[in-house]
Amino acid sequence: MTDALIRLEGITREYQMGAERVLALRGIDLEIGRNEYVAIMGPSGSGKSTMMNMLGCLDTPTAGNYWLNGHEVSRMTDDALARVRNREIGFVFQTFNLLPRASALANVELPLVYAGVSSKERRRRASAALTRVGLGDRMHHKPNELSGGQRQRVAIARALVNEPSILLADEPTGNLDSATSEEIMRVFGALHAQGQTVVIVTHEADIARHAHRVVVLRDGRVDTDQRTPPTVATAAA
Amino acid sequence: MPLYEAVVLALGSIRAQKLKSFFSLIGVLIGVTFLIAVVSIVQGMNVYMTDKFAGALIGVNTFQLRSRPNIVMGNTTEEQWRAWNRNPRITLEDAAYVEEHMQTPARFARVGFDRISVGWRGKLAKDISVNTTDAEFFTIKHWNIEEGRAFSQQEVNFGAQVVVLGHDLAAKLFEGRDPIGQTVTLGALPHRVIGVIAPQGTLFGISLDKFAVTTLGSPVRNLVNRPHVIDDFHIQAQNPDQMRAAMEEVTVLMRSRRGLRPGQPDNFHLESAEAALATWDKISKILFMALPGLVAISLVVGGIVIMNIMLMAVAERTREIGIRKALGAKRRDIMAQFVVESATLSVTGAVFGIGTGILLAFAVRAFTPLPAAVAPWSIAVGVGLGILVGMVAGVYPARQAARMDPVVALGHE
Ligand SMILES: Nc1ncnc2c1ncn2[C@@H]1O[C@H](COP(=O)(O)OP(=O)(O)OP(=O)(O)O)[C@@H](O)[C@H]1O
Ligand SMILES: [Mg+2]
Repeated sequence: MTDALIRLEGITREYQMGAERVLALRGIDLEIGRNEYVAIMGPSGSGKSTMMNMLGCLDTPTAGNYWLNGHEVSRMTDDALARVRNREIGFVFQTFNLLPRASALANVELPLVYAGVSSKERRRRASAALTRVGLGDRMHHKPNELSGGQRQRVAIARALVNEPSILLADEPTGNLDSATSEEIMRVFGALHAQGQTVVIVTHEADIARHAHRVVVLRDGRVDTDQRTPPTVATAAA
Repeated sequence: MPLYEAVVLALGSIRAQKLKSFFSLIGVLIGVTFLIAVVSIVQGMNVYMTDKFAGALIGVNTFQLRSRPNIVMGNTTEEQWRAWNRNPRITLEDAAYVEEHMQTPARFARVGFDRISVGWRGKLAKDISVNTTDAEFFTIKHWNIEEGRAFSQQEVNFGAQVVVLGHDLAAKLFEGRDPIGQTVTLGALPHRVIGVIAPQGTLFGISLDKFAVTTLGSPVRNLVNRPHVIDDFHIQAQNPDQMRAAMEEVTVLMRSRRGLRPGQPDNFHLESAEAALATWDKISKILFMALPGLVAISLVVGGIVIMNIMLMAVAERTREIGIRKALGAKRRDIMAQFVVESATLSVTGAVFGIGTGILLAFAVRAFTPLPAAVAPWSIAVGVGLGILVGMVAGVYPARQAARMDPVVALGHE
């Protein structure tokens, strides 16, 4: 066994659609090391989101094995997976997925609530995370009082607050204009520069350029896997 | 998540949908209102019955020897009435016999009464309860003289035509003037007013102070009863134990005096507050037995409504559940969140119910003679039931939420 942060072996995910079986992932083998910055690309329906859910322990494979940080997570119980999601994984979604009635601060505190952190400590760490993504002055705003880019930064702060092993983002810029997208990508770049492992799913080559490695899926299989020198200075921000 | 934070969270989502929340609370609200109001009214009734009814109408540690019951509560058969009507009347001789042979220390007062007109200077109060009695009657009844004096036993013995008036009667006839020394007519017979009795208030809304008391020897007695006949023979013991002993003694004395054989029923009646209260006791027991049923029905309905509201909440908040799961919420975290929310909802209903229950009790207290008082235990039970109903109603929806697949929940619009 290598010391890879993520190791996938023959990961298969099958969906049953009535009488029909859909193979969303057909035997994925992949390793991702610490402090890598990986973009997952591929045409629509190629299995990118399914793979993200798998990496994020939101879903379990029909067949194959998944080691995260040395632990076999592919056969864990629901509650064990919840714990892994809480401690090891930070999610950023295309649609932000913030709780609409909660302030930015309360949203960022949420993973800490489930980690059993005291409310004082939660407040301290959540405001630190918000400050880190440049929202120190928006902590008490509700999501609908924030711009799309600001919302996504709240989501990033929330993903980071528990110091996860990996940051997973499924089309994080899909709902943002290109200027705001660049801004968000700079945040990811900065986090990566600080040692964070980042995996993002994207359609856009412009976005994928920020990554150091591009994995392309096709029909549920890894089509190409290329390490590329970044074309954009990611250590900026 | 600590309970307190879970409750704050729950209150937040309840507030977010005020109207829906309010309607969902109605069942629990009504159930708890019932509980608080009925308990306080029944307990008020209890106090009223024992204090006022027993105390004012019959007297403490007192019973009456009568030919038939005076206060009849509950159902009585036709036959029973006929039997009572056949009973011989109580006579002065019966009273003398009992008084002479009784061992238990006691006070005695013979009473004859009827409803007759009382007049003064052309003014006439009709249908006034006029008692002809002994001097001890004032002591037995605990009457306070507010003006003038009561009559003595000597006055009773030589049949003095003196009268003591109840407060309301005096007020009605004399309208503020001083009644002492004035001559009123009982029927047509002139009597000199020597005293007025302090007000006793009302019983079931009827004044207890529209009456007159005169001596047993007064000629009025001929309007009230046949010669030698009295209506009640009041006997007051010193304590409840002695009263029971005295009642047994009187029974034995009367049976032997009337030559009743063993197995023959008594042809006289001993009336005590205890007997009258026993009937009330039965009624209040029935009320207390029916109460859990009433409360349970509305709580079950309330619980079902809350369960539906919670199922709707779970469906509406599927995405929130997905987000929470993605961020690390375990099944039991989600479960707890919705159970606490359901319980909080229900307790809110219970709190409103306690409020309306207390208001009802106050209204009863203000507008009826019942001293309805809210029992602290009923408030505690109300809150407890609220929590229980909410938790039970919340379990199923909460389980639905906890079992959701995170990917499916996140994909939900
Ligand atoms: N819950 C599901 N039930 C049945 N089939 C599913 C389900 N989720 C995904 N699939 C199928 O699995 C395949 C991969 O889907 P996935 O969402 O992973 O694609 P994707 O690469 O993320 O596409 P897109 O770029 O459009 O987001 C598709 O054929 C899709 O129809
Ligand atoms: Mg997708």
